[in-house]
Amino acid sequence: MSDQTEAVVDTVPAAARQVSENVVLQLDKIHTFYGAIEALKGISVDVHQGEIVTLIGANGAGKSTTLKTISGLLHPKSGEIRLLGEVISEMKVHEVTAKGIIQVPEGRRIFPRMTVEENLEMGAFLRSKDVEGVKSSMAQAYDLFPRLKERRMQKGGTLSGGEQQMLAMARGLMAAPKLLMLDEPSMGLAPVIVELIFETIKTLNAQGITILLVEQNAAMALQIADRGYVLETGSVVLTGPGRDLLHNEQVRKTYLGES
Amino acid sequence: MAGSKMDIRTNVQSKGWSRGKIAFAIFLGVLVVFAPVLLQGFQTMSFFVRVLGIIGIYVLLALGLNIVVGYAGLLDLGYVAFYAMGAYAAVILGEKFVTAVQMISNVGLRDFLVSSQFIVMLPVAAIIAALTGLALGTPVLRLRGDYLAIVTLGFGEIIRILATNDFLGLTKGAYGMMAPVAQPLGLSQLQLLPVAIPAIGFNFIFSVNLYWYYIVVLLIVLAVFVVRRLDNSRLGRAWVAMREDEVAASSVGVNIMTSKLWAFALGALWGGLAGVVFANAQGFVSPESFTFMESVFIVTMVVLGGMGSIPGVIVGAALIAGIPEMIRGVAQSPLLAGVIDPTLASAISGYRYLVFGLLMVIMMAVRPQGMIPSTRRAQELHPEDEKVLEEEDQSLWDLKHGADRSEHDL
Repeated sequence: MSDQTEAVVDTVPAAARQVSENVVLQLDKIHTFYGAIEALKGISVDVHQGEIVTLIGANGAGKSTTLKTISGLLHPKSGEIRLLGEVISEMKVHEVTAKGIIQVPEGRRIFPRMTVEENLEMGAFLRSKDVEGVKSSMAQAYDLFPRLKERRMQKGGTLSGGEQQMLAMARGLMAAPKLLMLDEPSMGLAPVIVELIFETIKTLNAQGITILLVEQNAAMALQIADRGYVLETGSVVLTGPGRDLLHNEQVRKTYLGES
Repeated sequence: MAGSKMDIRTNVQSKGWSRGKIAFAIFLGVLVVFAPVLLQGFQTMSFFVRVLGIIGIYVLLALGLNIVVGYAGLLDLGYVAFYAMGAYAAVILGEKFVTAVQMISNVGLRDFLVSSQFIVMLPVAAIIAALTGLALGTPVLRLRGDYLAIVTLGFGEIIRILATNDFLGLTKGAYGMMAPVAQPLGLSQLQLLPVAIPAIGFNFIFSVNLYWYYIVVLLIVLAVFVVRRLDNSRLGRAWVAMREDEVAASSVGVNIMTSKLWAFALGALWGGLAGVVFANAQGFVSPESFTFMESVFIVTMVVLGGMGSIPGVIVGAALIAGIPEMIRGVAQSPLLAGVIDPTLASAISGYRYLVFGLLMVIMMAVRPQGMIPSTRRAQELHPEDEKVLEEEDQSLWDLKHGADRSEHDL
């Protein structure tokens, strides 16, 4: 089966690379294990400057494992992860964060007893010397999410789910990320809100932020993504421009619930 | 981070001091400095000075543990280990120091160094305790909650048992050890200034107890200053974030490992200092001063007073260390001679822990955030907003199926 996988990957045309030659993040044949279980079986993913790249796949396909491996929570047994050419696969979480890969974790995980503003300040934890930059980042975050500005003195835990997702994203932006990784941003949100969140992701991207998006909501993710990778049991089975994948028969059947 | 702009507690802490607050602080300062002089002067009350010294040591211990429990949110049930390390370091190394300076032929210098040996031992013991904190912290970094508590409990016991078993021939086991020098620096000079007002029975002599009381007060002032700075520091913010959500904290770049290690080391340091004062004030150190019960008391002081709150912790320590000592002291003091039968008095003091336990139960039921809670901590224990509770009670199913009602009211 893995032979077949490789074949699919290889047949993907270079079209996907046309967005930009400037590779921000590169996963090179990553193998990650949970004990004896091989969760990632040689995954290769590229993210280029200014792109939205999405990883889609069913539960247990390895999407979250991939993010965890990038962010340094897990370390690959073999293979390399490079950020702007620098190998980061052996770094710890806070080191990866310091390098500019910011993860907006699954389930939002804002600081519930800190105010909105304190949450944002925490997001700039590693930029403590860049007072001016932090100020302007905060202004930007409030511009992007006026709702958060209204509630800046409110406790994070008192926000609605959608607002919390916004806060989590805004907090991620406060770190001035080179790459923003969003883990299931649509999780547990009402459809209207999900749309709003995805609109915001597009806006962020239009402002020049490179995004790696992990989603179960494949239809939404592929609509906004420049490129997508379809994961299945720890391998990339399909990759290509978002729209192509959206119209790919196999994808439609398996992930978009069409027969 | 430019002053208060990036200060995460800006919204929580009131800025500046009101006039009333300043007046209260001055009153408190005067009380702390002069009340013991009065107590010392009246013979029937002089035992209070000793009690105050003991309270002071516990305040110092509670302030130290508060860094670990209150700020970093790590439950440490073996804090007494650092106290023991400090005390034994003071005695063992203090002895070595005294022996070493005996070589000096200049009598004046030699006497000066001998009498100030405890001052030299303070930083030494602090460093030893902090290193012990790191030694404990390193292997338990990955543990949380109950598991961490159990391991730290074990650690506290290990230190005590090592001391009981005369580890490496250092501690003389259960016999205990004498502190090196009886007369600390400057005490004999201070004792030359007696004040007596015979008419009212006032006869003040600068006692050893009073001396150590003032030393411990100085250390407490230092501790409060340092702990306040810590609370508002970058490390302090990392602790708040870590306490709220470790995953989120690491996702914004907080180094969880070093933040925890700093908490252990900076917390342990005050335990070490308290140990030095204890050893020298008591003049004697033995393993039975460092039982698990002591650790429990110190944790209780922090929890009862209010985790993460400096005034809370001080009041907690004063009450918990003070009440049993007071009861015992009063029961045995000449004040009550003839009023209460001595056997009844000692029977009453025997029940002090019962009263005390009852107080604790009531306290935890009625006011779990402590007597003087820190604003932030109070929120953590009493989430006033139902949403916070709702968030916490939300099951994975709710999340996956979007069953959270609050989502729809955006």
